[in-house]
Amino acid sequence: MATVTLKPIKVPDLRLEADNIKPDAFAGKKAAEIADLHVYCGNSQYPLGEFFEVAGEGGATAAETEVVIDGDVSRVKYIGMKMTAGSVLVKGNADMYVGAWMEGGTITVNGDTDAFAGMGMTGGEINVLGNAGNYLGAAYRGDWRGMQGGVIRVAGDAGSDIGTFMRGGEIIVNGNVDVHVGTHQEGGTIIVKGDAKSKVGGQMVEGEIYVFGDIEVMMPGFQHIGDVDVAVDGVSGRFACYKGDMGERHPRRKGETIYGKLYLKY
Amino acid sequence: MAEYLIKNGFVYDPVLGIKGDRTDVAVKDGKMVETSALSNPAEIDASGMTVMAGAVDIHAHVAGPKVCVGRNFRPEDKLFRATPQAGIKRMEGGFSVPTVLRTGYDYARMGFGFVMEAAMPPLYARHVHEEIRDTPIIDEGALPVFGNNWFVLEYLKNKEIENTASYIAWLMRMTRGYGVKVVNPGGTEAWGWGLNCPTVNDPVPYFDVTPAQIVRGLIEANEYLGLPHCMHVHSNSLGEPGNYTVTLDTLKQAEGIAPRNEFGREQVLHHTHLQFHSYGGESYASKSFESKSKEVAEYVNSQDNITFDLGVVTLDETTTMTADGPFEHHLTELNHLKWVNTDVELETAAGVVPYIYSPKTFIAGAQWAIGIELGLFSKDPMRTFITTDHPNAGPFIRYPRVYKWLMSKAAREDMLDNVLKYGDSVRDRCYIGEIDREITLFELAQMTRAGPAKALGLANMFGSLKPGMEGDVAVYPYNPETSEDPEDIERAFSNARYLIKGGEIVVKDGQVVSNGNKRTFWVDCKVNENPQVERDIAEKFKRYYSVNLANYEVYAHHYVPNPYVIEVDATQ
Repeated sequence: MATVTLKPIKVPDLRLEADNIKPDAFAGKKAAEIADLHVYCGNSQYPLGEFFEVAGEGGATAAETEVVIDGDVSRVKYIGMKMTAGSVLVKGNADMYVGAWMEGGTITVNGDTDAFAGMGMTGGEINVLGNAGNYLGAAYRGDWRGMQGGVIRVAGDAGSDIGTFMRGGEIIVNGNVDVHVGTHQEGGTIIVKGDAKSKVGGQMVEGEIYVFGDIEVMMPGFQHIGDVDVAVDGVSGRFACYKGDMGERHPRRKGETIYGKLYLKY
Repeated sequence: MAEYLIKNGFVYDPVLGIKGDRTDVAVKDGKMVETSALSNPAEIDASGMTVMAGAVDIHAHVAGPKVCVGRNFRPEDKLFRATPQAGIKRMEGGFSVPTVLRTGYDYARMGFGFVMEAAMPPLYARHVHEEIRDTPIIDEGALPVFGNNWFVLEYLKNKEIENTASYIAWLMRMTRGYGVKVVNPGGTEAWGWGLNCPTVNDPVPYFDVTPAQIVRGLIEANEYLGLPHCMHVHSNSLGEPGNYTVTLDTLKQAEGIAPRNEFGREQVLHHTHLQFHSYGGESYASKSFESKSKEVAEYVNSQDNITFDLGVVTLDETTTMTADGPFEHHLTELNHLKWVNTDVELETAAGVVPYIYSPKTFIAGAQWAIGIELGLFSKDPMRTFITTDHPNAGPFIRYPRVYKWLMSKAAREDMLDNVLKYGDSVRDRCYIGEIDREITLFELAQMTRAGPAKALGLANMFGSLKPGMEGDVAVYPYNPETSEDPEDIERAFSNARYLIKGGEIVVKDGQVVSNGNKRTFWVDCKVNENPQVERDIAEKFKRYYSVNLANYEVYAHHYVPNPYVIEVDATQ
């Protein structure tokens, strides 16, 4: 595994759009070539080296490349966008679109991420050790293809609208979440270990949502269908199980109607 | 003005009967001229390349409210598809519902000179013209929709052809429209009751007139006026298995009606996107669904007063949009994607739904096959035009791919063997595997130039390189003597090396270098005074319309700054 270290040396005036910061773009390149890759700041294009000191070199393939960002990049967007393999470690905070549409590999952010992390991702793993922003694992505006695979783990809290149009994969939030969880969800699993505010599973078609804490206001479209004992992400317990959203269409498979499932821990 | 001599290209011109001869073509002062008329021309070396007149698109949804809705509610259609401004070009965006700028540039890059917006809701004609105005380069016209209009339904119930014609003339002037479009006759009005008219004999609720009466009545009114274009229909039950009988019933409405016009048009009915209307069977399953392209094409071949366009499915993710309101509801029930539905007061309705024609499904493969089959079964390329019903069956930028499929059996076999998941079922349920025909470049020029120009009544301006025609010339980097790979067809026709539009170089070395001088074509039809229609219009505006009559007209100075008006005198 070859490591490329990026040390932030200049805070951009505007937010930097840096979808080139990913193992796929760095693989097979020397430090100077990496520093020459472009980033956007507003409507202008700059070399990556203008904002980062680059050390090390990429491995032969993305899978053999590790990217370490040694500092705070809370004004840098699109880190790890569409990456397919390898790893990215951000030692500080990151801006929006971390790991958007990623297909594989691992991203770890030691601090917080802003909105749209893991948007539309189909595989791989994102670990946020701080808090995550809004639209975590959601769909791009207008799209019906939200998170489709992979895992997102957040050690802290997450914002609103997480898992919108989610179709697969797993989102695990250790802390609390804001409103709108799994809106239009059509698959996958969302686990909230803290509390959720409201609008949980609105227009949910299928998939699963687990909430360990409280839901401040339940959606009216969910029906209590019984209690179950299950183990979720290493925690066993008794959950009240609801099906819904009853106001939404639901597919039929093998003669059975499929509903979204909402589990609320006792 | 500039003079151009396009030298040594392989020229294809159906009007002049030139079939790939190496010859020179001359443009002067915006028009085609004899080469001897030039004094000091700029020379364009077209050796090893194909030269044709600018292409003409008879049916595409490129401007207006439903296109705009498509753009607005599909931001994902623009994602990663924006091209920054460069040179004289402004920023381009979008794929299946491109921005007006990309629309103009893409058509120019494909060598098009004229495009007909296929459905203009009269009440929103201003919006249509604003978008047409802002689309660079290409000349455009727009067809107002009449098939579900209350005036038309009431007049035709009483068989009042003259009143229908007077109303059409008035509405075309108000909307700066070009011709008579009909979408799901009666069915869209029935949709206001949550119903539809699945066959030509189902009466429209309340109005008690049948689609057959609407179609025949509008053909008669169109010929009464002698408009440049014939009646242009999207018939009932689009997309439904077994609908080919409805299609044949609709086409039969033209029997016995002769064209009457001064524009050289020889047909009275144009049926659009015939692919969507040539289905057999009872469901979309491969056990039942089947192609009826042969049956429909045979009927069209047997009549000489009908034209049609293909509407080929291109197997893309696209955005469907039509004034066929009930059909869009049917689609959203099928794919569960987002849906927009609009009622346009006394006139029409519309719906918009994204749709993915996946090569992994049998049905999309069969639809693809049926569109191509219609093009190959048709015996008269002058009556058969290439479209994708943009963006309904696919985006217009796929036309060159459609050319490839029509021109190469090998390209079709590759689709059936390697691209379609259910290629064997498609061979089994459709005719495509049995057809060996390959369209020639001369026939392609008929289907994309001379044919549609003639059907639109524009044969004196477009579709040929004859002296006196508009100076629209496309030069494609395609050598008919040496090119063997079918992919060359798609590559070459996707990006013309040169396009001269109205005598000006618009595409040079494959790049758009000018925003051209686009014009909006509309038809001003004079009719005798008709007090009854005038009273009916005043009455309907007073009682039903949400706007007042004075706010209805598309004022030329603002909305149509560069008009080309075709005058028709129907007072005799």
